[in-house]
Amino acid sequence: MAKPGKQIIRPYGDRRDDGMVQLSFTLPVPLSEKAKEAAAQFVRKMGFSDVKVAASERAADSYTFFVVYARSGMYVDYSEIDVPEVVVKKLGFDDLNKLIEDQVGRKVVVLGACTGTDSHTVGIDAILNMKGFAGDYGLERYPWFEAHNLGSQVPNDELVRRAVATHADAVLVSQVVTQRDVHKDNARQFIEEAKKAGLYGKLSLLLGGPRVDHKLALELGFDAGFGAGTKPSDVANYIVHSLLKRLGKEPSGQHNPGEPQ
Amino acid sequence: MPGPFIDDAQIDRARTLAREITDPVFELIRRNTTVSTERTVLRLFGISGAGPRGVPLANLMADRLLAAGALGRGAAYWYGRVLRLGAKSPLDAVERLTSVPAEKLALLPPNEEAQLRDDVRAEARAAVGELKRRIAERDALKAELGLPPPPHKYVIVATGNIYDDVDQARAAAQAGADIIAVIRSTAQSLLDYVPHGATTEGYGGTYATQENFRIMREALDDESRKLGRYVQLTNYSSGLCMAEIAFCAAYERLDMLLNDAMYGILFRDINLRRTFIDQYFSRRICALAGIIINTGEDNYITTADAFDAAHTVIASQFINEAFAKRAGLKDAQLGIGHSYEIDPARPETLLLELSQAMLVRRCFPNAPLKYMPPTKHKETDIFFSHAYDVMADLVAVWTRQGIQLLGMMTEAMHTPLLADRYVALKAASYVHRAARGIDSEFTVREDGKIAERARFVFGNALKLLEECRADGMVAAIGKGRFGDVKRSETGGKGLDGVVEKAADYFNPFLEILEAQS
Repeated sequence: MAKPGKQIIRPYGDRRDDGMVQLSFTLPVPLSEKAKEAAAQFVRKMGFSDVKVAASERAADSYTFFVVYARSGMYVDYSEIDVPEVVVKKLGFDDLNKLIEDQVGRKVVVLGACTGTDSHTVGIDAILNMKGFAGDYGLERYPWFEAHNLGSQVPNDELVRRAVATHADAVLVSQVVTQRDVHKDNARQFIEEAKKAGLYGKLSLLLGGPRVDHKLALELGFDAGFGAGTKPSDVANYIVHSLLKRLGKEPSGQHNPGEPQ
Repeated sequence: MPGPFIDDAQIDRARTLAREITDPVFELIRRNTTVSTERTVLRLFGISGAGPRGVPLANLMADRLLAAGALGRGAAYWYGRVLRLGAKSPLDAVERLTSVPAEKLALLPPNEEAQLRDDVRAEARAAVGELKRRIAERDALKAELGLPPPPHKYVIVATGNIYDDVDQARAAAQAGADIIAVIRSTAQSLLDYVPHGATTEGYGGTYATQENFRIMREALDDESRKLGRYVQLTNYSSGLCMAEIAFCAAYERLDMLLNDAMYGILFRDINLRRTFIDQYFSRRICALAGIIINTGEDNYITTADAFDAAHTVIASQFINEAFAKRAGLKDAQLGIGHSYEIDPARPETLLLELSQAMLVRRCFPNAPLKYMPPTKHKETDIFFSHAYDVMADLVAVWTRQGIQLLGMMTEAMHTPLLADRYVALKAASYVHRAARGIDSEFTVREDGKIAERARFVFGNALKLLEECRADGMVAAIGKGRFGDVKRSETGGKGLDGVVEKAADYFNPFLEILEAQS
């Protein structure tokens, strides 16, 4: 019996608490009855019950692809999950420009780049380019932002040098390729370069990419991390509010819209 | 095929404009050469090894000539000179050349010069003969085993390790893949050399090396014989080593290459002159080797919006075709690129995508065409993602695409799992089987949305071509007309590898290749 306040949840298949999960995976053996049993055993070993191997297909001569349904007895207490979510209303395009004009009084300078060997500019382009992403304008469109998209494969030292030269208020580092954790090594190296140049702590350092989250960015020494689904306006709001905090115009503890926590 | 949509005269007009736009670029190509073009010449002579610390011999030699200010006469000329010095092997030739002081590189007496050129020409003819023999071997196997009807299903392997790639490629072939692409290691396009030997470490892909090409083609030959159908192999002739990769691919019997006249300029920030010069020689090699090129217009609409920028794809395709034809490529070798990339949140995207694909088919009736799957608006909901890819399968068969890169349901997440390829191949085989013939069963109304959209897009493409002709190719790229990317003639990487040809420039391979068509 759950204590008061607890909220026990399990996966929902077609009725509450049935714990139904779908899995798919490949085993490196030819399709056979033995292979199917191996798949079922593998799923049972993970703690599932009522294992149903729904599909077993010859993906290649010596590989079999499985789709499996099974039940899990596991649960989580939803009341104990602690993930702060932003509740303050995000400023729109015009309001944010007005805020910069009134409170900063000059253009906010932002540099963005895919650094190291990364050549995938899709993310940084979506955030910075005029066009933006999903109907949300990119930073280049904001009259009170001066946004520079340095493109792909920018060396970390070059990015730091440009940040110094342009008196940047924020630097956006985009990392898409994550094979062998190359994004983490590269991101750490950027932070080292920023420290060497004496930039660290003087401007906002943002990390973005499909496999990036706020927690990872903080671990790597960035001020904030933005993952998949981030809109340019999220980044724009974050940059402006963190600049205002640095300028002492907003309390440092204030949480603002678009701000990862 | 549904609908003409566009008058023949209008299409002829686009083709004429593209020729006029590209003509002035050939003046640049005629007057200059590049380090990578000259390295290709050396590789054609058989200098494919590597020296100390793995540096390719072709690089050691070309760099030496560049430093001595001697590259403008052509690497073939200097290759002839070192042979006359009595070089016993390519490595010996490189050592002799790199140890000769610059002043010793002066001209020989005229009769010796003429003799040298004759000797080198004879050797070049023999090298081309050997290349043709290898290509004939590939063509014989292809003819013996046969190809299934198009669209040919194209999938990517990208493990970083050529031996793991072989396992994945064999598995994909067994699951129904017709074409295997080995994606390159991230940023290889910016390396000004082709790495040497078999490689097992790469990021986001596997290094394109001649040895890796050999290993993969050999495995696919074996797999093709087992399956009783020929499985094609492709790689990437782009970046700073376009022509060298084209040579390695031709020599190792590859079937296709990604090769675009402008991609490097726009998406890798490689210098414009360098790219135009390199693409020409690379395409001359592809023409000889019967390699099908795949152009990269699909990339434009990953940066620009696919709905708004649809006309830039069409305009660029005509330009790519004009460059290709001047390099001797035939229609059957033009895998003109385009893709299914319109934001799926819009209404009527199936009609819009059909319109665009039908328009490309209408403009290039005899080219195989290369159709790319959605990527930009891909979601991590793999079930939606799979449905989205299946729509592209339908458009591919409906519009008679020759080559279809299959979308992966995990596109937005990671390099494809073995099962992702299997699922994509199974679905594409089903859709192609189910809908074959749909193109001749349905007539598309000339007064409907599909035709109207095609006419609108084509009209804008014509306007863009007119503008490019008025401004010139270089200015058009400078204004960001393609893919929303702006590049200048002297910006980007690799300009220092562009060299003006001397009056007595010598390249016997270019002579042979240009005489072929």
